[in-house]
Amino acid sequence: MANADVIVIQGSNMAEAHPVGFQWVMEAKRRGAKVFHVDPRFTRTSALADEYLPIRAGTDIALLGGVVNYILSNELDFREYVLAYTNAATLVSEDFVDAEDAEGIFSGFDPQTGSYVQTSWQYAGQEASSGSGHTAAERETAAGLLHESHGAPVAGAVERDETLQHPRCVYQILKRHFARYTPEMVERVCGVPRERFLELARAWTENSGRDRTGCLIYSVGWTQHSVGVQYIRTGAIIQLLLGNVGRPGGGVLALRGHASIQGSTDIPTLFNLLPGYLPMPQHDAHPTFDAWVESIRHPGQKGFWGNARSFAVSLLKAYWGEAATPDNDFCYGYLPRLTGDHGTYQQVLDMIDGKIKGYFLLGQNPAVGSAHGRAQRLGMANLDWLVVRDLFMIESATFWQRGPEVATGEIVPQECRTEVFFLPAASHVEKEGTFTQTQRLLQWREKAVDPPGDARSELWFFYHLGRKLREKLAGSPLPRDRALLDLTWDYPTHGPHAEPDAEAVLREINGYDTTTGRPLAGFAEARDDGSTAVGCWIYSGVYADGVNQAARRRPGQEQDWVAAEWGWAWPANRRTLYNRASADPQGRPWSERKRYVWWDAEAGRWTGHDVPDFEVSKPPSYRPPPDAVGPAAIAGDDPFVMQADGKGWLYAPSGVLDGPLPTHYEPVESPVRNPLYGQQANPTRKMYAHPVNATNPSPPQEHSQVFPYVFTVSRLTEHHTAGGMSRTVAPLAELQPEMFVEVSPELAVLVGLNHLGWAHLISSRAVIEAKVLVTDRVAPLRVEGRVIHQVWLPYHFGFEGLVTGDSANDLFGITLDPNVLIQESKIGTCDVRPGRRPTGPALRELVSDYRVRAGVVPGGNPPAVTPGVSIETTGSTGEGEGNR
Amino acid sequence: MGLRKVLLGWPVYRQLTGTDPLGRGAAARSARSAALTARTEDADRVARSVCPYCAVGCGQRVFVADGQVTQIEGDPDSPISRGRLCPKGSASKSLVTSPLRQTKVRYRRPYATDWEDLDLETALDMIADRVLAARAQTWEDVDAQGRPLNRTLGISSLGGATLDNEENYLIKKLFTAAGALQIENQARI
Amino acid sequence: MVDPESRSGSPVAFDPAAAAGWVDAPPRMGFFTDTSVCIGCKACEVACKEWNGVPASGLDLLGMSYDNTGALTANSWRHVAFVEQPRPSGDDSAAPAGAGSTEFLGMPGAAPPGRTGSAHGRSDFRWLMMSDVCKHCTRAGCLDVCPTGALFRTEFGTVVVQEDICNGCGYCVSACPYGVIDRRADDGRAWKCTLCYDRIGAGMTPACAQACPTESIQYGPLDELRDRAAARVATLHERGVPEARLYGHDPSDGVGGDGAFFLLLDEPEVYGLPPDPQVPTGDLPQMWRRAGLAALAMAAGAVAAFLGGRR
Repeated sequence: MANADVIVIQGSNMAEAHPVGFQWVMEAKRRGAKVFHVDPRFTRTSALADEYLPIRAGTDIALLGGVVNYILSNELDFREYVLAYTNAATLVSEDFVDAEDAEGIFSGFDPQTGSYVQTSWQYAGQEASSGSGHTAAERETAAGLLHESHGAPVAGAVERDETLQHPRCVYQILKRHFARYTPEMVERVCGVPRERFLELARAWTENSGRDRTGCLIYSVGWTQHSVGVQYIRTGAIIQLLLGNVGRPGGGVLALRGHASIQGSTDIPTLFNLLPGYLPMPQHDAHPTFDAWVESIRHPGQKGFWGNARSFAVSLLKAYWGEAATPDNDFCYGYLPRLTGDHGTYQQVLDMIDGKIKGYFLLGQNPAVGSAHGRAQRLGMANLDWLVVRDLFMIESATFWQRGPEVATGEIVPQECRTEVFFLPAASHVEKEGTFTQTQRLLQWREKAVDPPGDARSELWFFYHLGRKLREKLAGSPLPRDRALLDLTWDYPTHGPHAEPDAEAVLREINGYDTTTGRPLAGFAEARDDGSTAVGCWIYSGVYADGVNQAARRRPGQEQDWVAAEWGWAWPANRRTLYNRASADPQGRPWSERKRYVWWDAEAGRWTGHDVPDFEVSKPPSYRPPPDAVGPAAIAGDDPFVMQADGKGWLYAPSGVLDGPLPTHYEPVESPVRNPLYGQQANPTRKMYAHPVNATNPSPPQEHSQVFPYVFTVSRLTEHHTAGGMSRTVAPLAELQPEMFVEVSPELAVLVGLNHLGWAHLISSRAVIEAKVLVTDRVAPLRVEGRVIHQVWLPYHFGFEGLVTGDSANDLFGITLDPNVLIQESKIGTCDVRPGRRPTGPALRELVSDYRVRAGVVPGGNPPAVTPGVSIETTGSTGEGEGNR
Repeated sequence: MGLRKVLLGWPVYRQLTGTDPLGRGAAARSARSAALTARTEDADRVARSVCPYCAVGCGQRVFVADGQVTQIEGDPDSPISRGRLCPKGSASKSLVTSPLRQTKVRYRRPYATDWEDLDLETALDMIADRVLAARAQTWEDVDAQGRPLNRTLGISSLGGATLDNEENYLIKKLFTAAGALQIENQARI
Repeated sequence: MVDPESRSGSPVAFDPAAAAGWVDAPPRMGFFTDTSVCIGCKACEVACKEWNGVPASGLDLLGMSYDNTGALTANSWRHVAFVEQPRPSGDDSAAPAGAGSTEFLGMPGAAPPGRTGSAHGRSDFRWLMMSDVCKHCTRAGCLDVCPTGALFRTEFGTVVVQEDICNGCGYCVSACPYGVIDRRADDGRAWKCTLCYDRIGAGMTPACAQACPTESIQYGPLDELRDRAAARVATLHERGVPEARLYGHDPSDGVGGDGAFFLLLDEPEVYGLPPDPQVPTGDLPQMWRRAGLAALAMAAGAVAAFLGGRR
């Protein structure tokens, strides 16, 4: 990042949420880089940026699409890079109809399931042979997450037009798609003054190319939207067009918010994934081991995912050891099967409906941290039992005693049946193990002291819980208990509490030879015959040579800037992905200034500052034979080795469920009619028709003026997420001691709010109150000739801890992005009124009043397809089945 | 105590006889000040750790004396953070030594209005029983068409993203073997 | 403000450690706080409290932008000030970077941009942040008036209160031209930044500077810091930030220059700093010399009596 010549921060308040990471932005700035910050509100990041662009929350695609249009209409793309390394020249099917030509909906939409049949999106000639076809099941299971480690399926050979003139080539489709995203349109939609927008577009393009690179930084300001994945796609398109991927100072950097949130998806505790992004099997699509593996491997496809069978077999060997044999498909039958959406929000609604017996919360506080806090608390109040493991007594452990619903009478302790176990957890200094930070780097933590009292690590808890379960089931004749009894669960323990050995677990994650026990050197050594066991194939190599590579700590001062001997990055200790793209097609650095990885012709190998993300001895001139598959099918100038065609995707024929190209949709709750399309919001968004859920009306629905203001939430640097690790800590609590709402002076006058007085905010879900901070850092924006007022809230507060306050997340309803099932919790609409909120039953009455006035029916959702928008039916008659 | 020592220790004497006749510096320094040293110098050991808050992954040095954490500060060797920490990372010692931390198992019976104490071993045993019971009550062998399901939808889990990779690995492995698939994480949120 | 360039013309600077009787003292150490890179994260405040065991300073939402600490006190030895400063665009001359048009405390301005319902000009808004600290003056009023010797000049040229000596008389409080030193309500003693006397004695960096994510707080030999600061101002001037200036760097100012000095982006008053601090004990050295002679005579008598008594 320090090598960037321009840095664009959007959807992230980096200086506040990642202050120490921000030192690298300051370093780049010191070296002369220009820093832009785009945000609804002037933050501490804006204060340090060279330029700040205020934007209406939820309109980032319109602004970024404007940049794409600026690049293409002025032909400012890095043409050599774009031609060689992206799919710009690839021809797309004749059947494809762009959303531009169909009121905002692409061809193939199936209104029955609210999802697309992607056949018409495919590359020309591959309509029948590639892609996912109907995506209803993928949408239910957040299949977008699978592509974290590898691209989506397409067949290998494609038709191309190297002149980029063919009307159906990706370049021309992209150009037409964004042609209306002009500076004037950006101003109309986003409220960004056009001259400000043009400054950004100019700086971004002028600082990209052969000699210069630009870096794009985002965070949950992009992901927590009903179109979140497409926000990121738009940013990636710009970076590909400008040649800023795989090169030093370039990239699209996701700043993740928790110490090991990257690790939590790599080795997932997610319903739809197994370690290393292997999918959990589906009951219908994956009846056999072969069917499951083939669905991952996509026979005939280019790229490294061709080895999926080895990774799958090795995982099952790690799980079930000697019981897993070729004859029983390595115990594939033991894996539980998905039948649809089993995500956290579906679970909460199922809790309210009494379908779920028990719930484990492991360092997580959904009563404050998840959208629709009331639904979370009502769900937890309707369990048989709840286990909370945390450092502190958090809101999710005490909702039955002290929660807001106790005050309103909705939860009565004497009538609440949930049995609650609070088990104190060990802190990060009281156990050893690895975190994976935001750039895929694993770092080992040494243990400093023993945990106090009953506090234990999760490692201890789950190891011993597993031990007890197995003891209790010993001798069970039931087939369902075999998977537990056959499990390899023999980790060595030490100390007075019999703490399991974390290094032994890391060794299993790395993988080993099942006969000799030798740790594998990397995932290339994984085999599909049962001779290797690998807990997480992408982490293979972290324990190479029997050495804990994540514990390496060669001081940064003694290394070059890549610092390859500090910790260990997946895959294969590579620090920048797709770094083959830092050299030109012939393997030479694009420029001296941006030298990173290059082909050493004399030595016959790739070399450079980083581990090359390429087969190390494959020359740039290599061309695969026509029948090649897997890694051998990747040409010497195809840097995107995990993509099925080796190219960076400007256009995504599959893998993204809500369109092959990003399209501006309004947030689910918006005071504004979509200025670009008839379709108002993402037609594929995931909605839940449950009585506890409700959505505020948006145009063209009636009564949207009942909730006239836009609210957005995020972090303060002084607090952490739901506050469990900051509102409980004295030196942090005093720095931001109360819940507040930031409003502009204009809104304060309009509504009658006083600085440091009280206000309350009302949505169709909840009412919360906050102290008022009147500040010019929040600006009203002129959009479509109207003034749009936005307010901002920190989401850290709850009713436990040293400092308390109402929870901002209570205001949100539940609507999710279709690709990854992440909720839209960065924007909603509300009303703002002066003074404190009502208490007791009057609080719910106020919400009911608003619902009546707005015509909100609990459990009712606005139509997925905006009334009046006609559906292009070509190709929508797929084999749609629509789970649930 | 010898006379000489008393005399030498007397600030006025030092002031009169030393280089600091005005008693503003060398002569005014108290014995405590003279003996002062950084407590990190007295640490029994230093653990090399990683900040538990955001995902930047800043290096931390955890100083321990007499089994207690006495200081947590940035690790200058880290090429990621170069020894620096944000306010949250800087508050790590207060986090791990906070008097608000719960160190005892707490148990709330159904319909109870308050907490009670519970032995850790008993709690673990009760939880194991409840997992098995929930699993038995809600187990699904096959779907309506006889296709295998091998699962329970009666158990949910939501993990924070401050869990170690090794912990997540065991959690997913155990729950998967138990047929519990509703395992979720902050990463979805 | 004095031009930073003029400093380089000054000859050998006055060495307060040597003047306080330190022989072969190490170089004078200090802080250079460059507010142009401060992100207002308050890591300095927290790191200071963690290291020095400074008690809580209260759970009050002050509404002074993001400043809920309020001031340097006995319980806050670093304090990050936040200044929200609207600068309406289209008429830059109407809003010079000066106190007159400056908005403090996050309160709405008289005519802030955006009133018209447009974002136009809103991006010219400035949000200044500055981590304030004890200045460790070359001529320190607090030290001058301390009757007990609790306050002393260390070998590093810093000014430190010795908690084992201080009797809580409070003379120092009114003698500080910056309003830094303060007494604690519970024990009455005076407390302030020690520039981590214990850490720097062990060759370590003070806790705040160690933590600072963006090197806004820099610690080192004062001479080096002054050179670095002058170069930084020059760079900022080249890059179109003419308002960058130094504060407290000048040995010829009313306190003989600060051991902790600052790069500011506006007038000192904007940050709540006195524009022309004067040590209130400016005439004291002469007075002390006379008083000292008298005391000497008395002390000699006392010593004689004391020794005589022992015999």
